[in-house]
This record gives sequence, C-alpha cells and structure tokens, in this order.
Amino acid sequence: MTVGPIAFMGLAAVLFCVGLFGALSKKSAVMVLMCLELMTNAVNLNLVTVSRFVTPTSMAGQFTAAFIMVVAAAEIGLGLALVLALYRARGTVELDRIDRLKG
Amino acid sequence: MPETIPAIPFAILAVLTLYGAFMVILSDNVVHAAFWVLEVMMAVAGLFMLLSAGYLALVQILVYAGAVSVLLLFTVMLTLRSREDAIRPLDLSWGAGAIALAVLAAAATLVWTFAPSLEALPAVTPGVAEFGRLLFTRWALAFEVASIVLLVALVGAVWWAGSDER
Repeated sequence: MTVGPIAFMGLAAVLFCVGLFGALSKKSAVMVLMCLELMTNAVNLNLVTVSRFVTPTSMAGQFTAAFIMVVAAAEIGLGLALVLALYRARGTVELDRIDRLKG
Repeated sequence: MPETIPAIPFAILAVLTLYGAFMVILSDNVVHAAFWVLEVMMAVAGLFMLLSAGYLALVQILVYAGAVSVLLLFTVMLTLRSREDAIRPLDLSWGAGAIALAVLAAAATLVWTFAPSLEALPAVTPGVAEFGRLLFTRWALAFEVASIVLLVALVGAVWWAGSDER
C-alpha cells in the first residue's frame, strides 16, 4: 500500500486552509501568528512534495522551502516583537481593541 | 531509499497533522494551542522524512520545534495578565469559513488537475552532502541574502521589543 503525490498535496491544501481560517477568524494576535505558521508549513510541505517528484536530483523545491523557513523565522520573530511592543503600548493583544484608526 | 512511500506512516502523520491543526483552531486555551502548533511542526518534519528530505526535517525540528514554538510560548506567557486570560472564546466566524472553503475548493481543483501528471516516484534521492554542496554553489547568493535577512530581522526584533528608553 503506497501513496502518491496527490495525498501529500491534498494534505497540504487542507492544512493551508485550516491555517487560513484561523488567521482570518482569531481575535488574538498571537493566535493569528500561530495560524500563519501553519500556512507556511503547508506551503513547505507542498514544495518538498513537488521537489521529490519533479526535481529529485537538483532539489529546487527543497531549497525554496529552506529559504521560506528562513523568512518565516524572521517573520515570526518580528511579529512577536511587534505583539510585545503592542502589548506594552496598548495593554492588550486583542485585535478588536486595536481600533485607533476607526472613524 | 525505497521507491514507494508507504501508506501507513503517511496516514499516521497525516492524521497527527490535521488533528493538531484543528486543535489549534478549536482549543479554547492559547497555551494549549501553542503546544498543538508544536505537534503539527513535528508531524510535518516526519512527512519531510517520508519525502526523503532529511535535512529539511532536521531544520524543521531545530527551527520550529526548537525556536519558534518556544518564542510563541514566551509571548503567550508575557502577554497574559492572569492565568484566566489564557481561556478565550473560540472566535469562529462565518466569513472566514467561507473564504477558507473557497480557497480549499480552488486548491483541491488545482491539486486534482496537477497531481496526476507526476505519478512515477523517481528512485534517485541525493543525500545531505549533495544538498550542502548545491547550497554553497548554485544557491550561494540566496544563502547570503537569507543571512542578511535573518540579521536585519534579529536587530529589528530586539529594537522593537526592547525597552522604551531611547
């Protein structure tokens, strides 16, 4: 019993959409960042799958996934620093309460 | 290296990944959600192993399980005033669900049309040594740019999260 690329890519698609749902619906900034990480992981899984099946020797998808990991690490570091700065300035991380620009 | 991907490890890892992802969404405690994120990262590292991407699996465990989840937990702990603040309402919205379902339908269609064109699993899988050789020859410029991105992000994060006395 073996599985093909469609299983991996389908799993990545579902994982991406679960992360997207969380990133759009959660009200806590930290939860939104967690869901963004889920989406990044789904993209990496898709890239590695395609790399395994299309370019197994040059591993182009694996390198792209590695650089996406670098950018994702930078993003989560900066994002959490922003959340901390926001918490210090406003005393909350609830996205509903960040409404200074609301007319 | 086997030329096929066995179904049983894949099924176990897929169930772990999806169950963890849904628990991130459905858990009512932010701390529990952070631990479920960690579990999803580990399961994805296992999937990388199944796809013969051993180096990426290691990096996944080091970077995500080692650094990102600890960072997430730190931020969760630092932004809670009391233990009760960790418990939150579920925050499920119909609009987000509709958008996510639409994206899922589009992605499923794309996967369904694209995946059959790559059925045969190639037998050849270079190891970590070949990965490293390519990283420092063909991808050397991207590697250096990635280092600069990490350095700038590190300095920026320290500056943002640092004290207000400046």
